[in-house]
Amino acid sequence: MDFGKVLELIIAASLVNNFVFTWFLGLCIFFGVSKKMETAIGMSITFCSVMVISAALCWVVYRYIMIPLDITFLKIVIFIGIVAAFVQSADTIMRKVSPGLYYKLGIYLALIATNCIILAVPLANVAEGYNFIESLAFGIGAGSGFALALIIMASIREKLELANVPKPFQGFPIAFITAGLIGLAFTGFAGLITH
Amino acid sequence: MKQELSNWEIFRNGIFQENIIFKLAISLCPSIAVTNNIKNGLLMGIAVWFVHVMVEVTVSVFKKFIHPRIRIPIFMLIISVWVTVINLIMAAFVRDIYGEIGLYLQLIVAFASLLARSEAFAAKNTVMHSFMDAMGMGIGFMIALVIISFFRELIGAGAVWGQAIVETKPVLIFILPAGGFFTVGILMAFFNWMELRGKAKPHH
Repeated sequence: MDFGKVLELIIAASLVNNFVFTWFLGLCIFFGVSKKMETAIGMSITFCSVMVISAALCWVVYRYIMIPLDITFLKIVIFIGIVAAFVQSADTIMRKVSPGLYYKLGIYLALIATNCIILAVPLANVAEGYNFIESLAFGIGAGSGFALALIIMASIREKLELANVPKPFQGFPIAFITAGLIGLAFTGFAGLITH
Repeated sequence: MKQELSNWEIFRNGIFQENIIFKLAISLCPSIAVTNNIKNGLLMGIAVWFVHVMVEVTVSVFKKFIHPRIRIPIFMLIISVWVTVINLIMAAFVRDIYGEIGLYLQLIVAFASLLARSEAFAAKNTVMHSFMDAMGMGIGFMIALVIISFFRELIGAGAVWGQAIVETKPVLIFILPAGGFFTVGILMAFFNWMELRGKAKPHH
């Protein structure tokens, strides 16, 4: 196994091709839960783990069930089924194990299943033809990139609450402008990996 | 029982009062990802429009057969089937653009607005009303994408529909990822400002 390649994939997925700022995925969640640091941290942990595990599950199903049966054109239907089933079980487990966190993230956990950022990982893995380890690395990179974006945004928005924002810009518009500025900073990572 | 709305009111509601992007602020991903030129934006808009109409009509037609307990998985199945259909169509007929926006076309399946409207509207209303609602939502989304991509292409590349029309040096940042956030933010603020102004007038 080429360790360098795996590391490169993680860095590329988390910083250079950050899911939020370069691919614009998971924006609903990104703007929805980034108001408070505590929620943002809980959310990023949940997302990271769901992303990595669903990437692994989808890879196995794709490689050993869908390719032999030649039903790869059904990937959208099947992947969303896998992710939804997995999230539903995670939901049940979390409700039992940590009711406090469940109470806070409840509504968003329900939305996770139909979230583009989760589904994008297996779809991108298939499109790029990654092997199992590479798929996992991509999931980890994407998850940590999303966590990074969410935590940065949450810490800025906590300060923003106190700022005197012009009335038309209050709420979503100023959040978009802020995200644009962070995105601009993330463009700087483009030079990190050169081929 | 809420009051009966006419088809026209339902249609208009999706475009203005409940515009998916500018008012509800959901399903935002493609609004920034594919709007660096009008061609991509329009195609994405058409795809979403198609899926919206087909999904809401399907849900509305079968609403009597869908057991409330398992409605969410069924809605998701209906959505993903129609998304697969539009993906295969787009991949066959517009190959070059599909290469650019293919991932986002597949991710229409994760649109919050599709599930929300199926649940809140199509599952409770007649086929005709659902059709009008989907038309309004879909067209509202398409208009929003075209407005955003028009500004981004004009300012960022000095062009409209691939035709260069402005001689000056374009502001490259607007077709870069960050510019998408700025454009949407400023447009949202503009619509808020219009609304605030409209509300303020009667008092003076």
